[in-house]
Amino acid sequence: MVRYLVQAWLVLLLALGFGAALAAVQSRLGPRIEQNKRDETYDQVPRLVAGAVKERTRELKLKIGGEERAVYKAFDGAGRHVGWVIKAAGQGFADVIELLIGLDRRGETITGLYVLENKETPALGNKIVEPAFRGRFRGKPTARPLKVTKKPPRADNEILAISGATVSSESVTRIVNAAVAEFKRALPAGGGH
Amino acid sequence: MAKDGPTPLERFIQGILPENPVYRQLLGMCPTLAVTGNMKAAMTMSGAVLFVLLGANLMVSLIRGLLKPHLRILVFTLTIAAFVTVADKFIAAYMWEMSKELGPYVPLIIVNCIIICRCEVCASKQGPVAAAADAVGQSLGFALALASIATVREVLGSGTWFGIDLGWRAAAYDNYKLVLMALPPGAFITLGLLLGGANWMASARRRRRPQA
Repeated sequence: MVRYLVQAWLVLLLALGFGAALAAVQSRLGPRIEQNKRDETYDQVPRLVAGAVKERTRELKLKIGGEERAVYKAFDGAGRHVGWVIKAAGQGFADVIELLIGLDRRGETITGLYVLENKETPALGNKIVEPAFRGRFRGKPTARPLKVTKKPPRADNEILAISGATVSSESVTRIVNAAVAEFKRALPAGGGH
Repeated sequence: MAKDGPTPLERFIQGILPENPVYRQLLGMCPTLAVTGNMKAAMTMSGAVLFVLLGANLMVSLIRGLLKPHLRILVFTLTIAAFVTVADKFIAAYMWEMSKELGPYVPLIIVNCIIICRCEVCASKQGPVAAAADAVGQSLGFALALASIATVREVLGSGTWFGIDLGWRAAAYDNYKLVLMALPPGAFITLGLLLGGANWMASARRRRRPQA
């Protein structure tokens, strides 16, 4: 036993030293990394809801689909409630896609879409992150579920698919439909008052 | 002890081309294939490898007199893991988007053979100056190799370089379907062709100077 310890003193000493150094690094950088994660959502709020101010955004817990989930209530500079940002996730072509969806005060119109996380095929499916695709959701009414088409849309619930990435386009649309429907059910009658 | 082994300058130069970690030693193939879809990711990975290799080589060189043969690999791995964790946290704190793009490949530097190989071949036998020169030379060689592959793949696959649009993006995307180059097969094809090219040049040089 003692022989092993004598042989391994360098390993033990290094492990202690590195451990202490890494603890110091973590305590310096940890809060910043946490902040990056939170900012990723909060930074998007003004882009997802017109007029919203990042600093005034409030995180609420709503009972959605049987479980407590965080939603973000967006306010403008004068403190007026202007809309909501909700998080949604679902299976994509490759892995789980995580979205942020901007909605107006009553959840009747989609005001913006942002992709937080995706592992879709580079240069095909991962074009879902580009504004050209995300913009197709802006202004869509939520009264009817959205549908993906391969031709230029004619009805106001149609979303033009990314060519070569129909599955990814459909996944995003399905996630949006499900999340918006659940959120509207959870929203107290009369919308955000 | 002092006289055997290459000098720091030799170590530095060898790492760049004559003993290039990717093209000559075929080490570190995992990041070479995985993060060369674009220049930004490739250069961030190269920077992280430089930091880890420099840190690990210096540390190992300084304690080389204390190393026991049967525990040395354990010491190398421990040292490398510590520096990799610092690099990973740093990228997550200051380059959040890039940290998401590189995903597991920064933590995976721990098992990058280039680093353990340099600890074994150079740092555990030579002084800190030679070890540092070796680390910088090998990292430059690694960066050069990644840049060559990433340039081919990004220019052909995405029509950009360092994210800058080269003006034929739409053509590359839609007409020629070179999107393959941005996907994993593109990595294998590019690496294979460039590796073949490097070998061909080396053998051509040998033919010209048979004694070398």
